Amino acid sequence: MVRFSEVIRHVPEGLATTHEASHSALQHHFENMEQQREAGTLGMWVFLVTEIMFFGALFLAYTIYRYQYPAAFASASNHLDLRLGAINTVVLIVSSFTMAMAVYSTQIGKQRNTIICLILTMILGATFLGIKAVEYHDKYRDNLIPGQLIPGHPFNPEVAKPGDTDEHKLHLVEGATVRNVELFYWIYFAMTGLHALHMIIGIGIMLVLTLMAWRGRFGPEYHAPVEISGLYWHFVDIVWIFLFPLLYLLGRHLEGHLG
Amino acid sequence: MSEHIVQPRVYITIFLALLVGTGLTVVAAKTDFPGPLNVIVALTIAVVKATLVILYFMHVRYSARLIWLVIGSALFWLAIMFALTISDYWTRTWLPPL
Repeated sequence: MVRFSEVIRHVPEGLATTHEASHSALQHHFENMEQQREAGTLGMWVFLVTEIMFFGALFLAYTIYRYQYPAAFASASNHLDLRLGAINTVVLIVSSFTMAMAVYSTQIGKQRNTIICLILTMILGATFLGIKAVEYHDKYRDNLIPGQLIPGHPFNPEVAKPGDTDEHKLHLVEGATVRNVELFYWIYFAMTGLHALHMIIGIGIMLVLTLMAWRGRFGPEYHAPVEISGLYWHFVDIVWIFLFPLLYLLGRHLEGHLG
Repeated sequence: MSEHIVQPRVYITIFLALLVGTGLTVVAAKTDFPGPLNVIVALTIAVVKATLVILYFMHVRYSARLIWLVIGSALFWLAIMFALTISDYWTRTWLPPL
């Protein structure tokens, strides 16, 4: 465990006195590999703080409008596909596990396991995006894409009459208006869209890591890029851990006594 | 190297806990709790899951205190943003319009 004071004032003792200081990946401005690794980790965490504020602002917008228009938000949320959302949540949790195992594999010097874990992580990330594409297509088909984002397909969902159980139609809880349902969908697409963009970037990063691992760049002495990219990947997972209940599970306790 | 290597069995335990949490949050969502409890339950479960990911998958439990400070500052700034904005909206009806 490294202390605050050590990172700021001192150089970690670990490898300064051994020949490891001349590792090929050691940059000139660091004393040893451990200091380099810790600086890299700190840098990624500071970046993640900016990301937390970035997504935080959208969560704030969601919070404000959810409390202003509870009925519309409950109705819109219930119209999202709960099964697909839940499957995606599990997919990302498994991908975080495979990512953690990728880091572990580099720590014990198992190159083949590292590559397998990174590839699995990418496959799971792509699965997530595929399911999101299915969901987005469903929204497109039901005219739930807000505003005029798709020219010629303005927001125009078919509202179900009382007693109609058609799943493709929008079922409004008492007090909900279509206008406010559209607001929910603005937030839905903004947040899941931004999240999906981060996912795509994450898969790109994993691809680069896999190539580096293939070339034997990582081992017990040097695996900082894998660890740091893992931090990014886990962050994207955490955002979804919050997105799923807030977007998909909001009004489920009301299902059953809808208007 | 003083880097702490987390064992796979820790990862597996946390992974299973996360799956349980996901199931719990779906079941709890379908249950009608009194008042604002539904939101509180959902967010509590989400916070617990996120904490597990941060502490164990992201190795924060084994990281320098400086990292803890950085994460703490993120939560601090989030809290400011939420508190000031929500208190604005919340108190808008308290005074008559000018």
